[in-house]
Amino acid sequence: MLNLIIVIAVVLILAILVTVFRVITLVNVAKGEGSKSVPPTNRINALLLMLFLIAGLFGFFYFSFGGLQDDFVLPLASEHGAVTDRLFWITMGITCFVFIVTQIFLFGFAYKYQHKEGNKADFYPHNNKLEVIWTAIPAIVLALLIVSGWKAWSDITGKAPDNAEVIEVMGYQFSWSVRYPGADKSLGDSDFQKMDVTNSMGIDFTDQASFDDFIPTQLVLPKGRPVLLKIRAKDVIHSVFQPHFRMQMNAVPGMPTRFWFVPTKTTEEMREETGNPDFNYELVCNKICGYGHFGMKYSILVLEADEYDQWYADQQAWLKLNDDYLSEVPDNLKEAARIAAGIDNVISVDKADKALVSN
Amino acid sequence: MSVADIQIEKDLHHDGHDDHHEQSFISKYIFSTDHKTIAKQFLITGIFWALIGGGLSVIFRLQLGFPDMELYWLKPLLGKWITAEGKIDSEFYLALVTMHGTIMVFFVLTAGLSGTFANFLIPLQIGARDMASGFMNMLSYWFFFVSGVIMFISFFLETGPASGGWTVYPPLSALPQAIQGSGAGMTMWLVSMVFFIASTLLGGINYITTIINMRTEGMSFTRLPLTVWALFLTAILGLLSFPVLVAAALLLVFDRSFGTSFYLSDIYIGGEALPHIGGSPILYQHLFWFLGHPEVYIVILPALGITSEIISTNSRKPIFGYRAMIGSMLAIGFLSFIVWAHHMFVTGLNPFLGSIFMFLTLIIAVPSAVKAFNYITTLWRGNIKFTTAMLFSIGLVSFFISGGLTGIFLGNSALDINLHDTYFVVAHFHLVMGSAAFFGMLAGVYHWFPKMFGRMMDERLGSIHFWLTFVGVYLVFFPLHYIGIAGFPRRYYSFTSFDAFQTFTDLNSFVSIAAALTFFAQFIFLFNFFYSIFAGRKASLNPWKSNTLEWTTPRLPGHGNWPGAIPKVFRWAYDYSKPGAKDDFIPQTVPLSETPESNLPNEVEEAKAEAKK
Ligand code: HEM
Ligand SMILES: [Cu+2]
Ligand SMILES: [Cu+2]
Repeated sequence: MLNLIIVIAVVLILAILVTVFRVITLVNVAKGEGSKSVPPTNRINALLLMLFLIAGLFGFFYFSFGGLQDDFVLPLASEHGAVTDRLFWITMGITCFVFIVTQIFLFGFAYKYQHKEGNKADFYPHNNKLEVIWTAIPAIVLALLIVSGWKAWSDITGKAPDNAEVIEVMGYQFSWSVRYPGADKSLGDSDFQKMDVTNSMGIDFTDQASFDDFIPTQLVLPKGRPVLLKIRAKDVIHSVFQPHFRMQMNAVPGMPTRFWFVPTKTTEEMREETGNPDFNYELVCNKICGYGHFGMKYSILVLEADEYDQWYADQQAWLKLNDDYLSEVPDNLKEAARIAAGIDNVISVDKADKALVSN
Repeated sequence: MSVADIQIEKDLHHDGHDDHHEQSFISKYIFSTDHKTIAKQFLITGIFWALIGGGLSVIFRLQLGFPDMELYWLKPLLGKWITAEGKIDSEFYLALVTMHGTIMVFFVLTAGLSGTFANFLIPLQIGARDMASGFMNMLSYWFFFVSGVIMFISFFLETGPASGGWTVYPPLSALPQAIQGSGAGMTMWLVSMVFFIASTLLGGINYITTIINMRTEGMSFTRLPLTVWALFLTAILGLLSFPVLVAAALLLVFDRSFGTSFYLSDIYIGGEALPHIGGSPILYQHLFWFLGHPEVYIVILPALGITSEIISTNSRKPIFGYRAMIGSMLAIGFLSFIVWAHHMFVTGLNPFLGSIFMFLTLIIAVPSAVKAFNYITTLWRGNIKFTTAMLFSIGLVSFFISGGLTGIFLGNSALDINLHDTYFVVAHFHLVMGSAAFFGMLAGVYHWFPKMFGRMMDERLGSIHFWLTFVGVYLVFFPLHYIGIAGFPRRYYSFTSFDAFQTFTDLNSFVSIAAALTFFAQFIFLFNFFYSIFAGRKASLNPWKSNTLEWTTPRLPGHGNWPGAIPKVFRWAYDYSKPGAKDDFIPQTVPLSETPESNLPNEVEEAKAEAKK
């Protein structure tokens, strides 16, 4: 019933609108407006264009320079980010200049050269000199931007320094895993066919380098040291994105990728800088990956280098925490694995110890 | 003119009359082979899809702007996709985004724009009686129609429509385990797209053939209106790039259904390792963007062509730099094929390739800039009439500049590291491609409505529609730049999970309100459009005092377009306000020999030669 009333009301309103509109149109026809070659709204539209230009530029400056509730420039926390930020703001300066000038010309000309009775437009079909000028100038400016962008890009994507901390990051629906190489500073192999519920990163325990690898619940980074992230994905494409570090690299199943950078501020320092005692760096997934895409985060902790080393030394090998997987280690390497992972020789004693501790 | 030609024309003319009497409703309005009717079919279908695509965006903007709002009232429309808590299901959100992008890019701004104006304008502006093959042209529409029907049905599937983003990257789009929409919904997406591509190719072949072979006497390439040039190059781009999308889609079909591994490798999902080994998801992205980048020019070039025509006519001035305009379109067309990997800077692409593609991408900015400068110079010292079409064209140029400039950031691979897949990208492409092309389409409708339907649209309502839409679009998309610089990722259902994205909640609500208002402002257009078809003021033959050939046809051109012989062409399309001429326009059909008072020095010789014939 209600629906019917709504439908009838809508139809009635439409009918009234049409009728009113029809009457206005007929009045205008009677006034002979249709035969005029210039739209009746010409002048007001020219004014509005001018008004739009002024209001638009005002709004643009107001909101770009502090008129927003929040700051849109995120604090920076990586070395290469300083380079790209500089380039970003140079580009911003150039484009904003062009933006403002061209919009002023566009709307300004539209206003200035609005139709006036008796005026005649200039027959001005071309001017090759002008065309050359405004082909050459953008070309030169863009060439400069290309060169500086290219230099920055080559440095960022170039080979990581040899002393870089190597850390593996793996994306999966809908979270991340990170693996550190352990004391030997060398990541063991992995294989997607070795993955299961527990060994979710598919560590391959036939590779000696894997014995001391550890998998913490948080991505911990040292301040001031180059960090090389080796990135892969388990199921679909994800993207390792961290806006404060100005870094992003896709995580692609079947095609490992990498990104290296140097964090420049610890979490603690960022808390002070932002005045937010709860500040945490977050790893953001930035490639559509399913229903949980928008919640696919991981926390990142940046420590001073010495704190980091301390933390690193305190971690326990994954193999130690999951010693069932010793069975996957080839027999001739089992002893080496126990030593590397820090597993006591007699497993039953180890378990008894744990029981004692928990009591 | 040879005797044979005259004979053919007589026949055609004769045919025209027969048709007039015998055509049934079906062959006249439904399975019509008349390019003008087909154009209208494309237009109406395009408008239908624009409403759906726009409606979807309003729904997902509600979620983004008001994440706490209870949406039970949408249940009658969305059914089970509204969860028990009254929220949009987060997976369905992705489906909405995917369908919105697909519909807008392909159905509205490719078929709706090119389909309408290539069909309508090419024969009328080059002086042809119809397309080279009316039958293929009709097929082109009906393939598009079928493709739309399939896409539409996919909304009602149990598992929902495709939901991997409009770019449908595998493995997400290949694995129903990864997202429901990659089940039947994705299958239907692929089938629909194959029909769509067939439609585009049938149309494109026709447009190219017609333009090359069927220009009237005197209509040399250097006298073609820029609309036709733009539509010509668009069709060529489509013909060269869309088949690659078919290939990409076909390999995806194989991976999905027949166990091949073109795009899949090393995947562990749903508790099992899949047997695929050796494929590369990145291969798909290369294939997709080989179409995808030319596609953005397929979308924007016709809009730019339309704008050239409208700005010149309403400034009462020749378009500035006609040859430079053609040159820049050629350059854009060529370069658009070798910049695709700028969409892939952070996929792990070889950094050296990244450098090359950055270089090529920034080069393409040059011809684009030239076009913008030429539009602005065309306004300079004009005598401008702000018809609604003109307002939309000026709006287009404004968007093209605003959105084009942000491309300089994104094309720079070093900057793209931090901007890729953020709202900065959403702001960029909505301005430069989405809104600019959309405005081109609206400008075209307002400008050629009198020729399509023989009546005028209301200019006052047109102005209101323009202002609400123009201001609305800037209010929706400009703020997204700020959100993007702050690092907000796109395709996010909500920003509540991250500390870093707790900001800008008010701005997001503001954008959503602006989006809804802008969307509803389009109903003013709809009213004006449909009302004027039936009851608009009757149009005069050449209401805008324009030079091009379509304005020499009768008010309602029949099958065959001109009742008598096809007019000949003696000059370019832009003789506006020529010094010495008594009117401020000289149609292309006026011989130089009849206008000695206004001929330029180089035209005097030509006029003599003409007179001798
Ligand atoms: C009512 C006007 C429109 C609004 C409010 C709107 C809003 C949006 C928003 C907010 C997104 C991003 C969603 C996300 O990433 O989570 C989006 C995506 C998109 N829009 Fe629009 N849009 C509008 C019109 C258009 C038009 C005219 C086009 C034509 C080109 C278009 C093309 C796209 C495309 C291609 C995407 C990307 C889809 C994807 O990520 O797969 N939109 N739109
Ligand atoms: Cu993800
Ligand atoms: Cu592109």
